[in-house]
Amino acid sequence: MGITIHMNTKTKTDYKNTFTSTAVIVIGIILLGLSVIVSINFGATDLSYQDVWKAFFHFEPDNSSHIIIRELRFPRAVAAIAVGGALAVSGAIMQGMTRNLLASPSIMGVTSGSSFLIAIALAVLPGISYLGLMMFSFVGAGLGAALVFGISAMAKGGVTPVKLALVGSAITSLLSSLSTAIGIKFNVSKDISYWYAGGVSSIQPQHILFALPFIIVGLILALILSRSISVLSLGEEVAKGLGQRTGYVQLLGTIAVLLLTGAAVSIAGMIGFVGLVIPHITRFLVGVDYRWIIPCSAILGGILLITADIVGRMVNAPFETPVSAITALIGVPFFLYLARKEGRGL
Amino acid sequence: MANTLAKNEAKYKFLMITAIILIIIAVLISINAGYMKIPIADVIATLFGNGNPQNELTIFEFRLPRIFMALLVGLGISISGAILQGISGNPLADPGILGINAGAGFTIVLYMFFFQGTVFITGGLYIFIMPLAALLGGFTAAFLIYIISWKNGRVTPVRLILVGIGINAAFGAGLTIFQMKMEPIDFMKAIVWLAGSIWGTNWTFVWMIALWLVVLIPIALYKSRVLDVLKLGDPIAIGVGTNVEKERRFLLFISVAIAAVCVSVGGGITFLGLIAPHMARRLVGASHAKSLPLAALLGALLLLLADTLGRVILAPMELPVGIVISVLGAPYFIYLLIKTN
Repeated sequence: MGITIHMNTKTKTDYKNTFTSTAVIVIGIILLGLSVIVSINFGATDLSYQDVWKAFFHFEPDNSSHIIIRELRFPRAVAAIAVGGALAVSGAIMQGMTRNLLASPSIMGVTSGSSFLIAIALAVLPGISYLGLMMFSFVGAGLGAALVFGISAMAKGGVTPVKLALVGSAITSLLSSLSTAIGIKFNVSKDISYWYAGGVSSIQPQHILFALPFIIVGLILALILSRSISVLSLGEEVAKGLGQRTGYVQLLGTIAVLLLTGAAVSIAGMIGFVGLVIPHITRFLVGVDYRWIIPCSAILGGILLITADIVGRMVNAPFETPVSAITALIGVPFFLYLARKEGRGL
Repeated sequence: MANTLAKNEAKYKFLMITAIILIIIAVLISINAGYMKIPIADVIATLFGNGNPQNELTIFEFRLPRIFMALLVGLGISISGAILQGISGNPLADPGILGINAGAGFTIVLYMFFFQGTVFITGGLYIFIMPLAALLGGFTAAFLIYIISWKNGRVTPVRLILVGIGINAAFGAGLTIFQMKMEPIDFMKAIVWLAGSIWGTNWTFVWMIALWLVVLIPIALYKSRVLDVLKLGDPIAIGVGTNVEKERRFLLFISVAIAAVCVSVGGGITFLGLIAPHMARRLVGASHAKSLPLAALLGALLLLLADTLGRVILAPMELPVGIVISVLGAPYFIYLLIKTN
């Protein structure tokens, strides 16, 4: 009898989770669509909604509004969503894989690797182009992740979540210290900081075209892995007991994090908050199943970043407030509320 | 079994003595090294009161206070980190998660932003304002985190960490906003402060911090058994009769009090609080009665070495000690992670 009741409640929770998750996805997509329109419409040049419509469906090459929309505003909106989604999903993967609340994509060595090579590039090649910096950033991200994963794999007893997290923070600290040192020595600290706080304001279509494929591949990989990550998040022993090849999942997970975060960082710099907090918020809302957490994180991350980008343009117009700061200011109160409420998944 | 215990005891003693000897050597090297090199013979002569006035001034008024400051801050940060890892049960915890860094960093940047240029004038009241501002910011952040995590008379480690993440992010955001509006010269100073550097080195500060730590560190050591119990998790700790909530709150307060003072004169050097306790644990095992003192000595040694190197490598320019700590500490830390289980 007791067992039956237990099973009933469980099924109910399942239904509830499915319902909430579907709601998050549907409402999220609607909100995303609305924010894209607001984001395109809002800016120094006044545009009407008809302009936006026409720019896509009846494009006139001589109309300056249309060019602004297609070359500046639309890429910017797409970049914000892509970056937010990518960071949130890689944060979710990291927290699932390492089972640590403090894990974020940046402890995988990705962001610090990128900032290290950016510092070198700015110090050695002054006047390097934006696209050039993006490539440096991407290579650096790969370098950081390879170091972290390689060293953890070399350690006695193989890759464990705790070891991955510890090696990650050591490498992060090492690489970011080196970039600060380079910044101080070559007097490029402020350039480095500007690059990292830059957000998506100066984005151009070709930058997105460079980074978007990586993000799409990363997202698909994450979705394929989501089931395995749910199992892994129960603990490595459990996962192994259920017959999972954990090392393999961890390697693929790292690759997904690398693709997503590497691309995001190379577009928009360091926006640490999204990757750390959106996965928590998502878990509060939809529970512990990563098949839901990953798509929902992507959507919530996208919403947070595009909203932050819009707000960042509004608060101190015509100046732009760094989007990394705005994401935190918008997200923190909500996050604290959820943390106090002790939602599901904890 | 008894044999292993004796062996562990011997190993612990050996490590402690080695650490102390290394610290003494590091102190001597640090007195000797710098923009003005003072030969070892002169150093010893000066220490025994037979030096020339110039060496006396350099050693007693500049080098020694700084050396003591580095040792004290290293000690404090490591103990604080070890306590935090113990009470939160999270190996990634360092004093940074309590918002002390972010809070102190934010008030410092705010202060630099509103009083541009006047910040680094030494003498007068100025040298006291910076650490006070940092202290205020650090305590404010820690207090906010504790209050928000407090619910139904309990503060669970998970909630503490989560709220810590949130408050850290908020202060970090404020910091970015003001930093981006700064003049380049102030900006550089802020970067150096945030990266961690020992400054405000005069005897007044050294005494203030020494007194503070002399009170707090013995309490922390005395509580090492409680830390051992708390690490087993709440149910077991309650089961063996520990008043978990009270002990945790008390230890948290100690940890914050130690870290805030250290950050106020050392800036953002909390990475040390992460690695020193881990190193100690990997060397002597998980018992806090052994790992806390060793962590403290390792922290002091590392910070002194890093500070000395930072003064010398790019002399006359100074490299922030926090950077050197990472460059020195991270490889050794990684080596320990690879070697031990």
